[in-house]
Amino acid sequence: MTTDIVTPSLPGEEIVAPSGRPARVPGTGSGMVWRTVRYGLLIAFVIIMLMPLYVLVVTSFKNGSDIGVNGQWNLPTSWTLKSWDKAWERLHDSFLRTFELAIPVALISSFVGAANGFVLSRWRFPGADVVFTLILFGMFIPYQAIMIPLGDVLNETSIQKGIPRLILVHVIYGLPICTLIFRNYYATTVPVEMIEAANVDGAGLLRTFRSIVLPLSLPGFVVTIIWQFTSSWNDYLFAIFLSNTRNGPITIALNALAGAQSPDYAASMAGALITSLPTLVVYILLGRWFIGGLMAGSVKS
Amino acid sequence: MPRRLRQWGPGLLLLSPSLIVLAVFVYGLIGWTVNLSLQDKHNALPSEGFVGLDNYTNLFTNDISDRFTHSLRNLAVFTVVFIVGTLVMGVLWAVLLERGARAEGLFRTIYLFPMAVSFVASGVVWRWLMNSGTGDNAGGLNVIFSGLHLGFLENRWWTDPNWGMAAMALPAIWQLSGYIMALFLAGFRGIPHELREAAVMDGASTFQLYRQVLFPQLTPVALSALIILGHMSMKMFDLIMSVSGPQYLTEVPSVYIWQMLLTNDQAKAAAIAVFLLLVVAVVIVPYLVYVNRAEKRS
Amino acid sequence: MRLKTRVAVAAVAVGTLLASAACTTSDNSGSTPKNVEVFTWWADGGEKAGLDGLVDQFKKDCSQYTFVNGAVAGGAGSNAKTVLAQRLTQSDPPDTFQAHAGAELTDYINAGQIEDLSQEYKDWGLTNAFPSGLISNLTVNGKIYSVPANIHRANVLWGNKTVLASAGITQNATTLDGFFADLDKLKAKNVTPLALGKDWTQLMLFESVLIADLGADKFTGLWNGSTPWNGADVTKAIGDFSKLLTYTNKDTRDTYDWTDAEKLIMTNKAGYQLMGDWEAADLDAKAFKDYNYTVFPGNTGTYQWLADSFVLPKGAKNAEGTKCWLKTVGSAAGQQAFNTKKGSIPARTDAVASAFPAYQQSAIGDWKSLKQVPSCAHGSACSQSMQGAFNTAMGKFSSDGNATALQSALATAASQFIKK
Repeated sequence: MTTDIVTPSLPGEEIVAPSGRPARVPGTGSGMVWRTVRYGLLIAFVIIMLMPLYVLVVTSFKNGSDIGVNGQWNLPTSWTLKSWDKAWERLHDSFLRTFELAIPVALISSFVGAANGFVLSRWRFPGADVVFTLILFGMFIPYQAIMIPLGDVLNETSIQKGIPRLILVHVIYGLPICTLIFRNYYATTVPVEMIEAANVDGAGLLRTFRSIVLPLSLPGFVVTIIWQFTSSWNDYLFAIFLSNTRNGPITIALNALAGAQSPDYAASMAGALITSLPTLVVYILLGRWFIGGLMAGSVKS
Repeated sequence: MPRRLRQWGPGLLLLSPSLIVLAVFVYGLIGWTVNLSLQDKHNALPSEGFVGLDNYTNLFTNDISDRFTHSLRNLAVFTVVFIVGTLVMGVLWAVLLERGARAEGLFRTIYLFPMAVSFVASGVVWRWLMNSGTGDNAGGLNVIFSGLHLGFLENRWWTDPNWGMAAMALPAIWQLSGYIMALFLAGFRGIPHELREAAVMDGASTFQLYRQVLFPQLTPVALSALIILGHMSMKMFDLIMSVSGPQYLTEVPSVYIWQMLLTNDQAKAAAIAVFLLLVVAVVIVPYLVYVNRAEKRS
Repeated sequence: MRLKTRVAVAAVAVGTLLASAACTTSDNSGSTPKNVEVFTWWADGGEKAGLDGLVDQFKKDCSQYTFVNGAVAGGAGSNAKTVLAQRLTQSDPPDTFQAHAGAELTDYINAGQIEDLSQEYKDWGLTNAFPSGLISNLTVNGKIYSVPANIHRANVLWGNKTVLASAGITQNATTLDGFFADLDKLKAKNVTPLALGKDWTQLMLFESVLIADLGADKFTGLWNGSTPWNGADVTKAIGDFSKLLTYTNKDTRDTYDWTDAEKLIMTNKAGYQLMGDWEAADLDAKAFKDYNYTVFPGNTGTYQWLADSFVLPKGAKNAEGTKCWLKTVGSAAGQQAFNTKKGSIPARTDAVASAFPAYQQSAIGDWKSLKQVPSCAHGSACSQSMQGAFNTAMGKFSSDGNATALQSALATAASQFIKK
C-alpha cells in the first residue's frame, strides 16, 4: 500500500540500502574535488547550525558587563555559574511540572493511537477511510480556531486548571498524528495473514491487539512517544491560554524570565538551555529510531 | 448481518472514544467559533445579536490601518520564504548525504536537533542574532557579516518594513530544515536501486540522473513536505511572540487573534481564526482527498 | 546500542532529571483565605522597589494576611494584561490587580468585573484625601471603582547632562522649534539626539507633540470627542512628530523597550529621552546620576497624568484581605512608602513633600498648580481597545511614514471607540 503522506511512521529498522551498509551508488564518479566540496559544505552547515547554540552557551556563563548584544560572539572574560543558578531557581518548579505533563501525554497518546491505528488498518469497517480522513483533518487545523471556546468548555468540566487540563488537551489534539503514525506502521509491518490466522484461531479484537500486534509495536511507540513528548514539552499556545506561571509548563516560565523589561539575558539563555535539555536528550539517544521512522514513511511496497 | 457486525463492530467500538472526543473538540468547537464569528460580540458582555458576515467583510474593508490585510501580507512573505528556504536546505542536505558519507549519523543528528528545541527557547537567542543594529552598533549576525567582509549583507532583519518577515522566517528554517532533510533522505532511499543503475548504464551524467530520474520520483515527498510546511506556517505563533513580541511590524493573523482576545473582542478574533482555518482547509482538504483516492487505487 | 537498551538509558536519564527537580521543588501553596495575591507588572527595577515599599507597609497594617506576589514581567504590562484578561474570562481573578485609572477601567466596569468601592471611600475618608479633579476623573456613573496609589507624570524630557554639555546645550528648550535646534546640535556630535523605543513609547512622544501644538484644552478635547482628529492642527502635529522621528535611533526604535532606550542615555549614546517619571526611580535604582529633567518643550503649564490604581475584582477569593490591601494603598503611610521609591507622587493631598527625593518634590508642587491633561498611552484617556488601535497606527507610521494614513486611522479609531 502506498502511503503518500510522508510523516512519521515506520518499520523500525535502521534505514539501509538493500545490500546492507550505505553502499556507494554506482555511476556517480566522485572525484577528490567533489568529495572536498561535499564535506566542506556539510561542515560549513554544521557550523551555521550550531551558531545559535554557541551564543546560548557562551552567554549563559558570562558575567556582568560581558553580557550584551554587542559582545555576543566573544568568549566570557570570566566564567560563572551565577546565571545558571538563577535560571534554575526560576524554572525548577515548572521543569518538574512539565514532566508531569509530557510523560502522561506521550504514553496515553501512544496507546490510544496504537489502538486507533490498528483498527483503521487491520480491523477495518465500512467507511474506515473516510473516518480516517476526518480524524486526520484535526491535525491540520490552526488551534486558534478552537481556542476561544476551549476554555469555556473546559470550565464546564471539573478538571483542575493547569497541567491536568493541558494533559487532556494535548492527548486529544495529538490523536490524529498518533493514529496516522500507527496506521501507516501497521499497514507496512503487520501482514494481513497474521490477523487472519488469529481470527481463525478464534481471537477477538482485543486479544489480537494485545498478544499479537502490541509486541511488534515498540518502534511505533518510540516515534509517537518522542513526537508527543516533544510537542507537549515545547508547546506555548495551549499553555498560555489554559494555564499561568504558577501552574503551567516551562515554556511560560521561560517566557516570563526572558520577557522582563530589563531582562537578565544570561539567565534567559541559561534558561533556554535548561528548557531544551530533556527534549535534546530524548532526540540524541533515540533520534536514530525516530529518523528511521521518518525516513521509512514513504517506502512503497 | 449480525455476523458482519460482530466482525467490524468491536473495531468501531474501540475507535469510538477518539471519534467522540474529536467530534466535540475539533468539529464541535470549530462550529462554536464559526457561530461566534457571526455575532456582534466585541467585549466581555454577551453578544448583541447576529450580524452575518459583517465581521469578515470588516476585516478587509473596515480595519483601522488596514491591519488585517497587512497581517496577511506578512503571513504570505513569511510562508513563501519559510517554505522555499526549508525545502532548499533540506533537499540540499539530503542530496549531500544520500549517497552515504562518513559520520553521516553525526551530520544528521546535528541538522535535526533544532527540531527538539522550543520556539520560545530559540527565540531568546535569535532575538540577539537578528539584532537590527548596523555598523558600530552591530550585534548578532551583522557582526559576523562585517567580520567576513560581507558588510553588504548587514541589514535590519525583522524590523525592515517591507521584507522583515523574510528575516523572521530564518529561525523557522533553522528549526525545520532537518525534518525536510529526513523526509527526502527517506525518499531517496526508497527509490529502487535498479532505476539508478539503468540510468547510469544509459550514460546519464550526475546532473541528469538527479534531474530526470531521481527528483521526479520524489514528487509525492515534495508534495507532503509542502503541505506540512504550509500548515505549520499558518499556525506560527510562538516564534513571532518570542522574537519580536506582538507588534505591527511582524503581526500575522495568529498574533492578531491574540491581541483581539486581550480586549475581549471575541467575534473579531473568531472571524480571523475561521478565515485562517479556511485558508488551511482549501489546501489540506483536496490533498487529503487525493491521498485517500491514491491509496484506494493501490 | 540496541533499541531496547537505548530506551532504558533514556528512561533512566529522564528519571534522574525528574528526581533532581523533585528534590529542589519548593512548596507551591495555592490561594488560601489568608493570602492576598497582588497582580501587577512591577517585576523589576524602580517599579519593583515601589511595590516592595508598599508591601512593607501592608505587613504592618494587615499583619493577619500574607502578601503573594503575582507579578508578571514584560512590556510595560502587555504580558500581564493578557494573562489578566484570560484569568478574568475564566473567572479566576487575582485578589487584586493593578490597572490604570481612568478610561482604561471602563472595559472592566462595563464587563462587570470589578466592584464598586464608593462605600469604602467614605469609610476610609478617601473622598477628602484625594483632589476633587482626580475623584471626578475616577467616578463613573456616580460610582468609584479603584484606589489610586500614585500620580505619575508622562510628559517629562530626560537628558544626559554630559552629552548635552558637550553639544553646547546650556538650557533645555521650551518650544518645539528651540528643541529642533538643540537636536540638530546633538546630531552634529554623532549621538542619538532622541532615544526612542517601540509601541506605546512612540504614542507617548506623539502625545507630547500634540500637547505642544494644540494646547492643553484642545488636547483634552481629542479624547472626549470635542476636538476633531482630522483637523489641520493635528496635521501639523503629525508633521512635527515626523520630523522628531528623524532624530531618533531609527535602526532600533522598533525593537527597544523603554529601558533599552534608557540605556542609550545611561551609556552617553543619546542626549534626550521622553518618558514618564518612573524613569527617575529606575535611573536612581541603576545608580545613574548624571541626568536632568524638564517638561517636554511646548508643554509648559501642563501636567500629563496617569495613575496606577488597585481594584477589587468580582469573585476575588479573599475580599476582606483585598480591602485591607486597598486601605493600605490609599493611606498616607502607604502612599509615602510606595511613592518615595517609585518616582511618582502620592495621589493624596496631604503628602509631606520633604520626605521625597528632588524630582518628586517639584512634581508635587506642579501637580497642585498646573493644568492636568490625561494620557492615552497610559489609560487615563483611552480604553484598551483604543490604545490597541492607536499603537497599531503608530507602528505603521514608524515604518512607512504615511502621514495621511496615520491621521485617518486615528480619526477612525476615535470615532469608533470614544463614547460621548
